[in-house]
Amino acid sequence: MIGLPALYTFAGLVFAAFAIGSLRDRSNARRLGNAAFWGLLSLSFLAGDRLGDLGNGVLVLCLVALAGAGALGSGTPKTTRPDERTALSGKLGNRLFLPALIIPVTALVGTVAFKAISVGGEPLFDPKQVTLLSLGIGVVLALSVSMLWLKPPPLAPLEEGRRLIDSVGWAAVLPQMLASLGAVFALAGVGEAVGDIAGALIPEGSRFAAVAVFALGMAGFTMIMGNAFAAFPVMAAAIGVPVLIHGMGGDAAVIGAVGMLAGFCGTLMTPMAANFNIVPAALLELKNRNGVIRAQIATALPLLAVNLVIIYIFAFR
Amino acid sequence: MLVLSGIVIIVLGFMARLNPLLVVTIAALATGIAAGLDPIAVVSAFGKAFNDNRYVSVVWIVLPVIGLLERYGLQQRARTLIAGLKGATVGRLLIIYLIVRQIAAALGLTSIAGHAQTVRPLVAPMAEAAAEAQGAGDAETREEVKAMAAATDNVGLFFGEDIFIAIASILLIKGTFETYGINLAPLELSVWAIPTAIAALLIHGARLMLLDRRLGERK
Repeated sequence: MIGLPALYTFAGLVFAAFAIGSLRDRSNARRLGNAAFWGLLSLSFLAGDRLGDLGNGVLVLCLVALAGAGALGSGTPKTTRPDERTALSGKLGNRLFLPALIIPVTALVGTVAFKAISVGGEPLFDPKQVTLLSLGIGVVLALSVSMLWLKPPPLAPLEEGRRLIDSVGWAAVLPQMLASLGAVFALAGVGEAVGDIAGALIPEGSRFAAVAVFALGMAGFTMIMGNAFAAFPVMAAAIGVPVLIHGMGGDAAVIGAVGMLAGFCGTLMTPMAANFNIVPAALLELKNRNGVIRAQIATALPLLAVNLVIIYIFAFR
Repeated sequence: MLVLSGIVIIVLGFMARLNPLLVVTIAALATGIAAGLDPIAVVSAFGKAFNDNRYVSVVWIVLPVIGLLERYGLQQRARTLIAGLKGATVGRLLIIYLIVRQIAAALGLTSIAGHAQTVRPLVAPMAEAAAEAQGAGDAETREEVKAMAAATDNVGLFFGEDIFIAIASILLIKGTFETYGINLAPLELSVWAIPTAIAALLIHGARLMLLDRRLGERK
C-alpha cells in the first residue's frame, strides 16, 4: 500500500536537492546555513521515524538555532530574465496553464477515485491519506509533462524550487513548529487553565454575555494558538457545553458549528496561523510580514460579530 | 497558572519581532517545564510532535513545478490573459475567485487551490494586471492587491469548507460533543455553516467592490 512514507521520502529528496543546490551556490554568502537548514529538514523527512523522539527534538533545536542566529541567506539560482519570460510566455501561449492545472485536477480526481483502486484485495493507496497522496502524484505528473514539453536543463526544476523556498526561508517550517507547540500545550494542560479563566468571566444568568465570551473566546484563543482546532475543545469544555447547552438549553449544532467559525475569524487575524498569514506574505514577497493579516481584519471583525448574533438568535429559538 | 507562561512568551516575542521559530520553541520549553516535566522530556515531546506533523510541510513539493513554469513565463501569461479581458477589475476577479474557492471547499476540495498552488503563480499576477488596467500600477497598490489576493483565498477556504460534512473541523466538533454524550450528525452541523458562508461572501465581496472604487479614484 502506498502511504505517507512514500510521500515523505519524495519530499525528503526534494529538500536534499535544495540543500545540495544551496551548498554549491557561491552567490549566497550564507550558503552553509541554507544547506544545513534544508539538509536537516531532508533528514527529518527521510529518517524521522528512526531518529527517536529525543533525536527529533535535537534536530528541531538545530533548525531553530540556525533560524534564530540569522544563518539563512537567499540563493540566486540561474533563471530567466523578466524580458525573456515575457517572450517565452508569448511564444508558449495559454498552454502554459495546462501543467499548472494538472496538480489541482489530479487532487480532485485522486480524492474521489483513488479510494476505489485496489490490488489483490488491498487498497493501492492509504485511504486516510488520499488527498495528500494525490497532491504528490499531481506534482510528479505535472513535472513529467513540463520536462517533456519544455525540455529545460535537467536540474532546472530543483533550482527553480530552491529559488522559491529561499524566498520563504525559515517560515517554511513555522506551521509545522506551531502544530508541535500545540501538542506541548495539550500535554501541559494550557487549555484547561485558559478555560477556567474564560468561565470565570461570565456574569450569572446573562445569555448575551455567555454567548459573547464563548464566541470572542473562540476567536481570541484561536489567535493565541494559531488554530481553531486547539481552541474548540477548550471553549466547549469551559462554556459551550456546561453553560450554553446544559445551563441555558441552547442548540448544540448551532453552538458547535458557528462557534468553530468564530474561531476561524480569529485565524484570519493572527501571525500564529503562519501557513495562512505569514507564509503567503513571504511567497508573494510582500514588504510587510503582516500584510495579509492587515488585509483580513476588516473582513474578520464584522464576520465575528455576525457569528455571535447567529448563535445568540438561532441557538435559542 | 504557570503553564500560561508560554502564551505570555508568544505574545511578547511576536510583539518584539523576534524570530518566530525561536519564540515558539522557547514557549514550548517554558510551558513544559512549568507543567513539571524535565527538560529532556519536553524536548522529546516537541520532537515527537514535529515528526508526527511532517505532513504540514509536504506542500512545498509543489515549488519545483511552480518555479519551472515561472521560468517559462507563467506569471506573465496570467497577466496577459487578464489584461486582454474587457472590464476585468481586481474586485470582480477576486469575487469570482472567492465564489469558486468557497464552492470547491464546500464540496470537500480544499487542496485544489492554495497560496503556493494558485495564488502566487496565477491569482496574484492576474490581480496585479487588473489593477494596472484600472490605472493603478504603483508599488503601494501592487502590495495591497497581492495581500488581498491571499486574503481572498483564506476567506474562501475557511468559510466554505465547513459546509462539507467530512471535513476535519466538523468531525472534531462531533467528536468533542460526543464525549459529553451529545450526539450530532455531521449534516446537522454543516448546514449551520451556510449562514456564515453567505455573510463572508457579502462582507468580503463588498470590501472588494470598495477596493475597485478606490483604485478607480487613484487614477
